[in-house]
Amino acid sequence: MATLHLVPIHLSQALLQPLCARLERSLRIEVLVRRPGFDPEDTFDASRGQYNSRKLLAKLLDEPVGGGRVMGVAGVDLFVPVLTYVFGEAQLDGRAAVVSSYRLDNAIYGLPLDPKLLHERLVKEAVHEMGHTYGLVHCHTHKCVMRSSTYVEEIDLKDEGFCPDCRQWVDGRSG
Amino acid sequence: MQTPVANILIVDDEFSVRDSLASWFRQDGFHVETAESAQEALRKMQEGTFAVALLDIKMPGMDGLELQERIRAIDQTVAVIMITAFATVETAVQALKQGAFDYVTKPVDPDELSHLVGRALEKRRLETENARMRDTIDEISGSDAIIGDSPQMQKVMELVRTVAQTDATVMVLGESGTGKELIARAIHAYSPRRYMPIVPINCGALPESLLESELFGHEKGAFTGAQYRRKGKLEMAHGGTLFLDEIGTISLKTQVDLLRAIETKEFTRLGASRAVKVDFRVICATNEDLGDMVARGAFRQDLFYRLNVFSMVLPPLRERRTDIPLLARHFLKRFAMQMDKRVTDISPEAMAQLIAHDWPGNVRELANAIERAMVVGKPPAIRPDDLPFVSPRPQIASPSGGQSLADMEKAHIAQVLDRVNWNISHAAEMLDIDRTTLYARIRKFDLQRRGEGN
Repeated sequence: MATLHLVPIHLSQALLQPLCARLERSLRIEVLVRRPGFDPEDTFDASRGQYNSRKLLAKLLDEPVGGGRVMGVAGVDLFVPVLTYVFGEAQLDGRAAVVSSYRLDNAIYGLPLDPKLLHERLVKEAVHEMGHTYGLVHCHTHKCVMRSSTYVEEIDLKDEGFCPDCRQWVDGRSG
Repeated sequence: MQTPVANILIVDDEFSVRDSLASWFRQDGFHVETAESAQEALRKMQEGTFAVALLDIKMPGMDGLELQERIRAIDQTVAVIMITAFATVETAVQALKQGAFDYVTKPVDPDELSHLVGRALEKRRLETENARMRDTIDEISGSDAIIGDSPQMQKVMELVRTVAQTDATVMVLGESGTGKELIARAIHAYSPRRYMPIVPINCGALPESLLESELFGHEKGAFTGAQYRRKGKLEMAHGGTLFLDEIGTISLKTQVDLLRAIETKEFTRLGASRAVKVDFRVICATNEDLGDMVARGAFRQDLFYRLNVFSMVLPPLRERRTDIPLLARHFLKRFAMQMDKRVTDISPEAMAQLIAHDWPGNVRELANAIERAMVVGKPPAIRPDDLPFVSPRPQIASPSGGQSLADMEKAHIAQVLDRVNWNISHAAEMLDIDRTTLYARIRKFDLQRRGEGN
């Protein structure tokens, strides 16, 4: 069975544990948690007050995880140099991905806290980024988890799972 | 799943920008190429086709503004989006003036970038579609329609091309069946209005009240039965051409309203209080002597002068007999295709008859004659006996003496069956119906082979 190594980066334990179980179910993959073997602060950009997800991806790829996939799960805000922020990033058809819970939290939009909703969003974004590592691009199917979301409410519109076409693709690549 | 929809070119001297943008667009399903300099970008432009180009405005050597010009010189259809580190009004305005689709400031909001590229692609799609439709219209409008090598028709076509370039009102005169509507369509097709509609209305086919409503449209409840608001032909012709056929048949009251609408390019829908402004060109046609109608008081003189700015007379077919073989072969080809019949020629004797005939119904009558000959004739060629004026249709007077549609249908089927010696398959083919239908008709009309039954 293929393995996914989850690397928490300034992430609360309350979010990490349930995420493992949900990802195992959605991706049909063994999920292991490992502490980062690098200092995440090396990827911090003081002028932007955010963490550079490109640099995080590079660090994650250096993690000694054998042939398995590796995904950083951050509780901090991520950016790529040309964009103001990203919910996550992945190597298309590669091994590494990173996802952030920071902008998935109602608190930063001044809305009442909703831990359940935050958790749902994080699972969807994690599955989405993992889909990219299987070579999937954005999908036009309304409810598919691979549908593009550029603002947080769009994440709520889609399901946690893949549409049949994307599911078939992932299964084909996993097998 | 989405398949790659378009090619995107990203030009920026900063690796991190190229890398992150490329990764972002690839995940969206695009095929992405990157270039770190203008020179590399131009080389890639020569090698491939791109829908969108994202250019950094400030680069060493050739900057984004100059690169944009060179890119557009290679491919006018590329949607260029400028990326600037610091938006200044001057550079942004300059970029847009030079034809950039839009510009964004680094760092870009992902939502904004996504929408911007979506809009750029949609605009490009519409422009491409528009260009393709223009080509199709040019192809259609440039095709046959009017056929004739005779000096008379050459002169008519010369007039058509000349007057088409103006916005003048044209009156097309000619006997019935000479092709007045085709000429109106040709004028429209050659005119700058050709990408807008030509709206024809046959004034003679409608009673006065209906004609007013057809021309000017009406509001809901304007009259009994006006359940919905409806646009009139004048409004539908906005930007294009209004073709008024059989103009001599309209009532004096409608003439007044029409004159006002043509002069002011403004009219009011029936039942409405506000006027509608429209822009249309008028072409009208008649086979009546409008001058005589004016003298008799049946047609308003002011409207006559307004319409008769430029008039052209279509010669009757008997005055351009040299065109008959060309026209006959054109209709032969058309009907052979429509009926899927293998009649591919006209015998020299039949052609001589066609040329000698006087054609009171002009080109329309010739078309009908060829169509009828195709129905009754046998492959490979139309013979004199197939022509209606050589061998008039006996079924015009039906055996039963009746003139109803059913009587005519019965007589026609009987005649075709006799002609093919009751070969059902052959008769069905000639009648362009299937064999089951033909059997049903035979039973319905109680048709019997001569010498059988009564």
